[in-house]
Amino acid sequence: MRHGRYPFVVGFLAAPVLLYVVFVISPYLQAFYIALTDWKGLSATPRFVGLENFTRLLDNEAFWAAVRHHGVLLLAMPPATIVIALLFAFLLNVGGGQRGGRMTGIWGSKVYRVIFFMPQVLAVAVVGALFQAIYRPDETGVVNGLLAKAGIEPVGWLIDPDLALWSIIGVMVWQGVGFYVVLFSAGMSSIPKDVFEAAALDGAGRFTLFFRITLPLLWDTLQVAWVYLGIAAFDGFALVQVLSVNLGGPDNATTVLPLEIWRTAFGPFRFGYASAMGVALFFMTITFAALTLRVTRRERIEF
Amino acid sequence: MSNSARTPGDITRRQMLRRLGMTVLAAGPGAGLLSACAVGGPSASSAAPTATASGGAVSAANPFGVAADAPLEVVIFKGGLGDGYALEVHEPLYNKKFPQAKIKHVATQQIAQTLQPRFAGGDVPDMIANSGTNLMDNGALQQEGQLLDLTELWDAPSVDDPSKKVRDTVAPGTVESGYIDGKPYLMNYVFSAYGLWYDSALFQEKGWTPPKTFAEFKTFAETAKAAGITPFAYAGKNAAYYAYWMILISAAKIEGNQLLIDVDNLADGVWQRESMKQSAAAWAEIGKYMDKSFEGLIHTEVQLRQNQGKVALYPSGSWLENEQKSQTPEGFKYALAPTPSVTAADKMPYEAIRATAGEAYIVPAKGKNPKGGLEYLRIMLSKEGARGFTEKSGNITVVTGAADGLELSPGNASVNAAQSAAGENIVTYSSFENWYKEFETELRKQTNALMFGRISADEFCAKMQAAADKTKADSSITKQNRTV
Repeated sequence: MRHGRYPFVVGFLAAPVLLYVVFVISPYLQAFYIALTDWKGLSATPRFVGLENFTRLLDNEAFWAAVRHHGVLLLAMPPATIVIALLFAFLLNVGGGQRGGRMTGIWGSKVYRVIFFMPQVLAVAVVGALFQAIYRPDETGVVNGLLAKAGIEPVGWLIDPDLALWSIIGVMVWQGVGFYVVLFSAGMSSIPKDVFEAAALDGAGRFTLFFRITLPLLWDTLQVAWVYLGIAAFDGFALVQVLSVNLGGPDNATTVLPLEIWRTAFGPFRFGYASAMGVALFFMTITFAALTLRVTRRERIEF
Repeated sequence: MSNSARTPGDITRRQMLRRLGMTVLAAGPGAGLLSACAVGGPSASSAAPTATASGGAVSAANPFGVAADAPLEVVIFKGGLGDGYALEVHEPLYNKKFPQAKIKHVATQQIAQTLQPRFAGGDVPDMIANSGTNLMDNGALQQEGQLLDLTELWDAPSVDDPSKKVRDTVAPGTVESGYIDGKPYLMNYVFSAYGLWYDSALFQEKGWTPPKTFAEFKTFAETAKAAGITPFAYAGKNAAYYAYWMILISAAKIEGNQLLIDVDNLADGVWQRESMKQSAAAWAEIGKYMDKSFEGLIHTEVQLRQNQGKVALYPSGSWLENEQKSQTPEGFKYALAPTPSVTAADKMPYEAIRATAGEAYIVPAKGKNPKGGLEYLRIMLSKEGARGFTEKSGNITVVTGAADGLELSPGNASVNAAQSAAGENIVTYSSFENWYKEFETELRKQTNALMFGRISADEFCAKMQAAADKTKADSSITKQNRTV
């Protein structure tokens, strides 16, 4: 039966590989090709222009603003999300201390878990609409309405160029935390309980438990979270599109690359130019992922 | 919502979902993915137009020689104008003439998403109402050879009076407003006037009249403010162009329509001219009376506030009344006022308004029945077609006299009155909105920055001049030119 094995394996692999090549690899390759043309998406005959689209990018203010914003997003959004999610996950799982010889979460942790996860269930569209109401610039906005009650002038959450990007980052964090609470909870629950119990018996407080036990044993999960959130930091399209003033404004203050790509492709129909931005974004994302995996590599702790 | 390209759309749930889907794709390999299958697809562009092959006999009644049994596909943007005018007026008229012709009617809110793949694949309809937030870039279509030159249409005999050419039955400037690269490719159908809209009932009650000069404008602003009403407002979130129209109108009033031509032609230093600076400075002064929060609102939100009596003057075009129909309270009477004069030496008097044809209808060059498309447009431009359009959509067309005898709404009546008062003093159109979309995007950004007080008029002019120079220097953007 040995010689029958190859057809069997090939038979099973061929279909998925073919689908992958057709629907994933080929569009990627085409994007690279289109980036070298002046294709407008309106005919089947693009003209080859070499690296023209890329040199044009160097002079594109909105493109650089978007790149800067991805930098800000990358520095702010993943750490904030991870720190908050870790804190919550810790409180939900071992924050209650020892009870009856077992580590427990704080009181009502099951309810909190559901509440934290809620934003994850909502579609980005819903989140966008929700925060439109929350951030509305006048006193009809939820936040500004509350501020008004306290006698504080309305804040231009999305219309103040210094504040707008941070407001949107806030939404991203709000939306992301729930998922990572669940992810970290799962990670924590896979840590043998007796490790905690032994430490607790030795007199370790919550602080020590967290930094000396939980964090090191959770490293792999954290790494995954970091890469995921980093990649998410290269997106932001939907929220910026819905929330920002004048699409990525005011004054380019909130624009992100996917939004610029979309505008360039479907505004003046410059698919070639937009693809060049897409290729740039592709390399940024890849570089980030590779760097992160490299930098955060550590020896595994066996347990 | 009628005025096509200009009308910012609310984001509907469906649009949102589509955009979400797009994010997933775009975030990865970028736009290339979106269009993945288009390049390398069937190269239909090489196929010659087939329709001409089986034409019908050319006659006075059938000047383009449409084959009587050729099917016709009509794609209508179903926005504020609806699609009833096509379904119930124009298509039946076409069928009356060619009973054997099967008409396929497609109504969509996403013109570009529906049609862009079809253009790339070579399967295009015969007539398109290219409007809405997601319309296709007409300049790009023309450059790709996808648009039919409409000279033949304008030179054809009119349906109502065969001794007249179609071009002589429409408002002056209509044909020229559809020029790309010096030829008429767009049939702009809806006649719009632009200016400051107000509630004449409210103004009467308060004893106010719209200001005639910018000095009066400021006095008026103080009065309105004291009465607890925002004197002037527009929505910065998606409708910055409502404000830049006003800036351009005022500049054109100071210097004359040549300014608009020079802006379109990317003339050197046009944004730094005195007229532009004076206009920008004058409007920025008025911007100071706006609440900062308006930058975060969309057009319908600000329009609603006007309907609630909280905003006195609102810059927009004549589609406004129809767009707000369901929100307008009893007793609210829309009226149009021209933009105030900036200087005593303005070339055009206060009464001058911008009035121009908009809402482009196009015939694809590589469709199956382009002759039928032309005939369809000719029928739209008949008195019966135009009248039916006005009845179904509440908007006046470019066909002169077609709306005579129809009972006009207060807003339309005031547009009529404003036009008669303006007489020959008409501020014409801008084409850069169709020609140079990236430049237009920049203008939106800088207009918000100016009107909400982040930059001065001089900075505004300098930045816009830089953007114009950049567009001019970009070899990948096909330059357009107009002389009228």
